[in-house]
Amino acid sequence: MSKRLFVKGNEAAAMAAIEAGCRYYFGYPITPQSDIPEYLSRELPKLSGEFIQAESEVAAINMLLGASACGVRAMTSSSSPGISLKQEGISYMAGAELPGVIINISRSGPGLGGIDASQSDYFQAVKGGGHGGYHIPVLAPNSVQEMYDLTMHAFDLADIYRTPVMLLGDSVIGQMKEALLPNPRPGRELPEKGWAVRGKGGAEQRVVKSLFLGDGELEAHNWHLHAKYQVMKEKECLSEEHDSCDATLLVTAFGSVARIAHTAVAMAREGGLKVGLFRPVTLFPFPQPALARAAGRAGRVLVVELNTGQMVEDVRLSVGAGVQVSFYGRPPGAGSLPSPEELFEVIKKQYQQASQ
Amino acid sequence: MQQVFKRPVSLKDVQTHFCPGCHHGTIHRLVADALDLFGVQERTIGVASVGCSVFLYGYFDIDVVEAPHGRAPAVATGVKRARPDSFVFTYQGDGDLAAIGTSEIIHAANRGEDITVIFVNNTTYGMTGGQMAPTTLVGQKTSTSPYGRDQAKDGSPIRMAELLAQLGGVAFSARVAVDSPKHLMEAKKLIREAFGYQAQGKGFSFVEVLSSCPTNWGATPLAANARIASELIPYFPLGVFKKVEAS
Repeated sequence: MSKRLFVKGNEAAAMAAIEAGCRYYFGYPITPQSDIPEYLSRELPKLSGEFIQAESEVAAINMLLGASACGVRAMTSSSSPGISLKQEGISYMAGAELPGVIINISRSGPGLGGIDASQSDYFQAVKGGGHGGYHIPVLAPNSVQEMYDLTMHAFDLADIYRTPVMLLGDSVIGQMKEALLPNPRPGRELPEKGWAVRGKGGAEQRVVKSLFLGDGELEAHNWHLHAKYQVMKEKECLSEEHDSCDATLLVTAFGSVARIAHTAVAMAREGGLKVGLFRPVTLFPFPQPALARAAGRAGRVLVVELNTGQMVEDVRLSVGAGVQVSFYGRPPGAGSLPSPEELFEVIKKQYQQASQ
Repeated sequence: MQQVFKRPVSLKDVQTHFCPGCHHGTIHRLVADALDLFGVQERTIGVASVGCSVFLYGYFDIDVVEAPHGRAPAVATGVKRARPDSFVFTYQGDGDLAAIGTSEIIHAANRGEDITVIFVNNTTYGMTGGQMAPTTLVGQKTSTSPYGRDQAKDGSPIRMAELLAQLGGVAFSARVAVDSPKHLMEAKKLIREAFGYQAQGKGFSFVEVLSSCPTNWGATPLAANARIASELIPYFPLGVFKKVEAS
């Protein structure tokens, strides 16, 4: 059995990448994720891996594209402004169906914004941040343990669905130190990478591309991608619920904010309020069926986000017409992360309105 | 009877889509010749760029990865690091390499990535219809420099082979042309030499190939060919600008 460690979320993700068999990292320094490249620049050479500090985020994602085209497990990491630069490459990878893991320890914006915890890049992550109308799986850890477990899960999803996968965290999750149990790599069955380029070696030519000019080719390709998203929606939704069985108000939040909301929900329960928590772990695919069930029971949902309203749109689309959805959010920036007490007050107000 | 001239095995037996008088077909052949010479077809991974050259995989019988515009050197970096035993080259035009991809080419060269870059310089954006490129000559009229390239506003054409020769990681940097039999023979020799550096694991090798784009130059194939000697070569001199001696 593994020993318990006390590490940062960023380090946990880097450790998980190595455990998952990733030996290729390409990145560019940006706060608050630089612990990831720093850790991997130290550890990958010991494992005969490759670490490149690229000249830009654009170059880094394209190095990932190249390595991934060869069939190896590879990753990059960055934070919001850098992720914007990577969108071109993510779109090409989605189009060419290349696996790859992208860790986004997001920060506030727009523009240079700030380095504080933020959920303002939900739309960019889950709605296809680049051109061309694609989706990639997006996982939202809320602890150091999940930074580890979901990073390994991300590599599996990437290989199974031949897609880039994003881990969406923020400085709270990336910089926080917690106990970590380094779980072993899950034994999920993975497909052969017969599509990967390796030099023909006497076999048929292999081409990794996203250009489809023939009559009907691109439409067929996009239907194929669409079908993959449908399978993801059926099979890969992850979510967590607390006190949701008898709740008449269901607080819904993801990532770092879900942790704060969890404490606020516990405070509400101590006060005798029937409040529960629903936490989407996968933001794409959005856990619609589980949320619809829990929200249907409660009849009322309060969405809390560290932005002015993004996931709330997916919540509204997910729940039945009879469910009332309200929203509490603040734009990210220094000092805007709500405390459990503040959230408890919001919950109490919502709860009392519902009971009237 | 002995056949003394035949299609390189690294090239497919297909017709190209290139315009009459375009030099891409010629340059494809020179690159395929070099791959054949080193016997590396079966372990070669080509990186296609954006522009007329994107259809590389339709003509070369090798594994190919398609790169976003300008990013071929970064993609090739990822490929070569993941498969160091493979033979990796990029094939890029002047808009791709010297404008949108300037950062990627300079840093791949500076890291000394063990790849070969074939840079096709025809002083214009061919695929998009003949717009001004970073290599467009001063005074040259294009669809986005209708009054001719203005040095005061548009700057001077970039000499990439000389620029890259300054960088530590570069083992070989040369400029060739494909307008005459003499230049073709020299081009063939220097492209082979460039690939030879990769075959020996000696670092980054670069060959700039001056070529024509009759369609977008608004010239006949013969007139376009003549322009390479009369206008391009005087500004973009042919030769080897860096050559790390064999150890």
